[in-house]
Amino acid sequence: MIELTGLTTRPAQVWGGVRLVPLVRETPIEDLRLDVRLYDEDFGVVAVDPRTAYYSYIPHGYVATWDHAPAAAYGTQLLDPADRTRAPDRMALRFHRRMARRVDKNRLRFLPLHLALEGYLALHFGGPEIAWEEWSQRAIRHGLSPRVEEAYTGALVRGLDDALRVFEIHAGQCGLLVYVADALASAFVVPHPADYRALHATLLLDLYGELIYHYAMLSMPVPDFRARVADANVRSLADLRAEAARQHEEWAAFHDGAMAAGLLEADYTYERVYDLGPYRLSRFLPPFERRRDNHIGEVITGESGQVAYLKTFRLSENQVRRGRLLTVLAANDWSLPGTATALGVTEPELGRRIENAGFGHLLRQDVRDHYRARRRAG
Amino acid sequence: METMADLIAADDVLLFVNAAITSTGQREFHSGAEEQSLSLGFLHRYLLVNYRDLYAATLALDINDHNAALIVRNLLVTAAEVDVERRRAEGRLIARRLELLPPPRVYALFRELRRARVNNRRTRAIMRDWLAARPDPAFDAVKYRGAVKDAVRHAHLRPDREEDGELGPFLFAFRRPAAYWTPILETWRRAHYEQAALYDLPYTVAEGFAAKHRIPRATFLERIAPRLTRLERLRLQESARERGAGAVRADLTTMPLTRLASYVLGLSMDERARRRGELTGALRASARRTAGDQAGRWGRVVAVLDDSFSAYGSGTKRRRPLAVALACHFLLEALAADYTPLWVSGRDDALLVHPHGATPLGERILDGLDRGPERLVIVSDGWDNAPPGLAGEVLRVWRTRLDPGHTCGIVHLNPVYDAAGFDVRRLAPTVPTAGIRDAEDLVALAELARFAEGRTGLPALRAHLDRRVAAFLGEQT
Repeated sequence: MIELTGLTTRPAQVWGGVRLVPLVRETPIEDLRLDVRLYDEDFGVVAVDPRTAYYSYIPHGYVATWDHAPAAAYGTQLLDPADRTRAPDRMALRFHRRMARRVDKNRLRFLPLHLALEGYLALHFGGPEIAWEEWSQRAIRHGLSPRVEEAYTGALVRGLDDALRVFEIHAGQCGLLVYVADALASAFVVPHPADYRALHATLLLDLYGELIYHYAMLSMPVPDFRARVADANVRSLADLRAEAARQHEEWAAFHDGAMAAGLLEADYTYERVYDLGPYRLSRFLPPFERRRDNHIGEVITGESGQVAYLKTFRLSENQVRRGRLLTVLAANDWSLPGTATALGVTEPELGRRIENAGFGHLLRQDVRDHYRARRRAG
Repeated sequence: METMADLIAADDVLLFVNAAITSTGQREFHSGAEEQSLSLGFLHRYLLVNYRDLYAATLALDINDHNAALIVRNLLVTAAEVDVERRRAEGRLIARRLELLPPPRVYALFRELRRARVNNRRTRAIMRDWLAARPDPAFDAVKYRGAVKDAVRHAHLRPDREEDGELGPFLFAFRRPAAYWTPILETWRRAHYEQAALYDLPYTVAEGFAAKHRIPRATFLERIAPRLTRLERLRLQESARERGAGAVRADLTTMPLTRLASYVLGLSMDERARRRGELTGALRASARRTAGDQAGRWGRVVAVLDDSFSAYGSGTKRRRPLAVALACHFLLEALAADYTPLWVSGRDDALLVHPHGATPLGERILDGLDRGPERLVIVSDGWDNAPPGLAGEVLRVWRTRLDPGHTCGIVHLNPVYDAAGFDVRRLAPTVPTAGIRDAEDLVALAELARFAEGRTGLPALRAHLDRRVAAFLGEQT
């Protein structure tokens, strides 16, 4: 469960196939802010008083110049007021000449694709823990490495650039849910409106799964949820005002209960990464149920569990299938017969699924041939 | 008895008038330049083919210069398709409209006609008459040299038939004469060699010579100041101030209202707060001048003004919708006996408005109706998004259930042409929407808007257009 307490859903803004739902925080979180060095460098404004003590965070994949070289933050980072000067864990980036020049102007924020999916990729990265005879030598020695997933930057998602450009940021807005063809593509929440304004454009540099890319490519414009006032209830201006207020409540309830249910109500597995003061940074993995939204992401929560920072990535159907396969395999200690029973299929069928998921090389060649022969026999 | 075709015709014409007032074929907040000009081009074509007489008659309305030039061009390109009488009527409208257009735009139109290879007799006659009516041909020849040359060549004119015959050599063989008798031509010749001479030339021409002579920008601005036109002065004031050329100072009180509002919005917040008295005074003075004898006669007025993020416009029309809203604010203040402005963002300091935030238009309209005004004026691009469609619902319910007797006159003025809808965006069918380009036209538009309310017959519209055409053509005598 993800609790969006303190955040109110405001009416969506639609542009083509993209629906953007703003989240507004009544009381902004003041003691957790975007790292001031990013503010100084990239936005040219110091929006926070440097003397006050506050915790700071650096979003995952954020490129900035630390120690004179451009580098991307590796995983979202939480920093103590005391280590304000420490450079975050990062991954140096080597740019072509042209790109480096753009970084120098502090205009480019670049998310290294292979980094962003780390949480998902690390899933059972080690491979089989018990060396059952079916697994190949390679699987046992090297695990699932190299493990690669593909994703698209927001700039490639059709219509997203225009939708973000014409989006009107609400007063006090601290978050945004991006829907493409009414499929929830990503959720983004920050602690403070100033941070949101600074990071709004970076949504275009974020990663979106293959599913979102195709939906955007193929979808028709989605309809607005337009306000409807029932004439019969209105006898005075006050009634009309009450009706107008009801529109807001109805929309918020509908959105949180229906549209975002897949994100908010799923059963996540959290992995704690770092605790700092009242804040906890964790990564989470979805239950990998098929035919549902499955989101992976990073979240910073406060003491009472309210979300201060959130960033999610929606897995495509194939990724969910792979994730589920790996989860079930791991749960059954990588035993093929055990897993087949757990999934309710025959062993050769499981072999086919492993091959289709792109993990065929993990099985010994003779085992694969054997399975294939048995499938053919019937 | 009115036929369906008549109603459709009336709708089409109103649609076109709205487009011709607002659209300039430039990028807007929601649509690109290509979309805008494609959409506008279609409307022009559609009207030209189906209602040519009404199309020509719109020249008499307060449409913007871009569209006026387009209409003139389209009429001249297809002049052969109509009979002599119709052509003559069109010719009169065109001639009158060209008198009102700024000269650069007319010269651009002539060049456009040349590119389109339109050289019929009517076109040549129109060019000849317009050029003959210019007050100072020599000045034009210096300021718009290339364009004048093209026009003269295209219309087969001999510019030097009377006078002392210097324009011909000046345009076509300027190296030949050792000196000119006409003072401005002689100044222009000397400016090639003598720095002091260029300060007697028009600013745009002098700028080129200043670059040639490598005169520092500050010195140049300081000395060219007396030659600047009113709008050049307004435009250059800030950059001149930065460079320390204090001589460039515009008299803000004489500026047109919407231009002035644009200028104010171009200043930083600190600057606006610092010069609050001066700027407010200038805006008020300009608004009072625009209001004229209507001042104070509009009764109790509430305005809902859009300062949401989309009022930023685009890089090419920077803050235009917001400038129109700001100008309307000051104009309505002058027109009304009792005036309440309601900015959509909830801010109440008009001088410090900036485009930011969402558009909860419906709630603002409710606030406005709460105050029980005689007139409610809404200035907005019609993108109501928090929640979408609430403004339309509020207005619909207000008209049908709460105020069926029209005790409160509501009008929606929209400064932005919606390319996808071929019209300005409307809020509700029960409330008239009119396109607006300059706040100065507000009074006339509020009147025209009643045609947009419900369905107006073609005869009424035709009568209105005939009256406007007669007035338009009658002004010249």
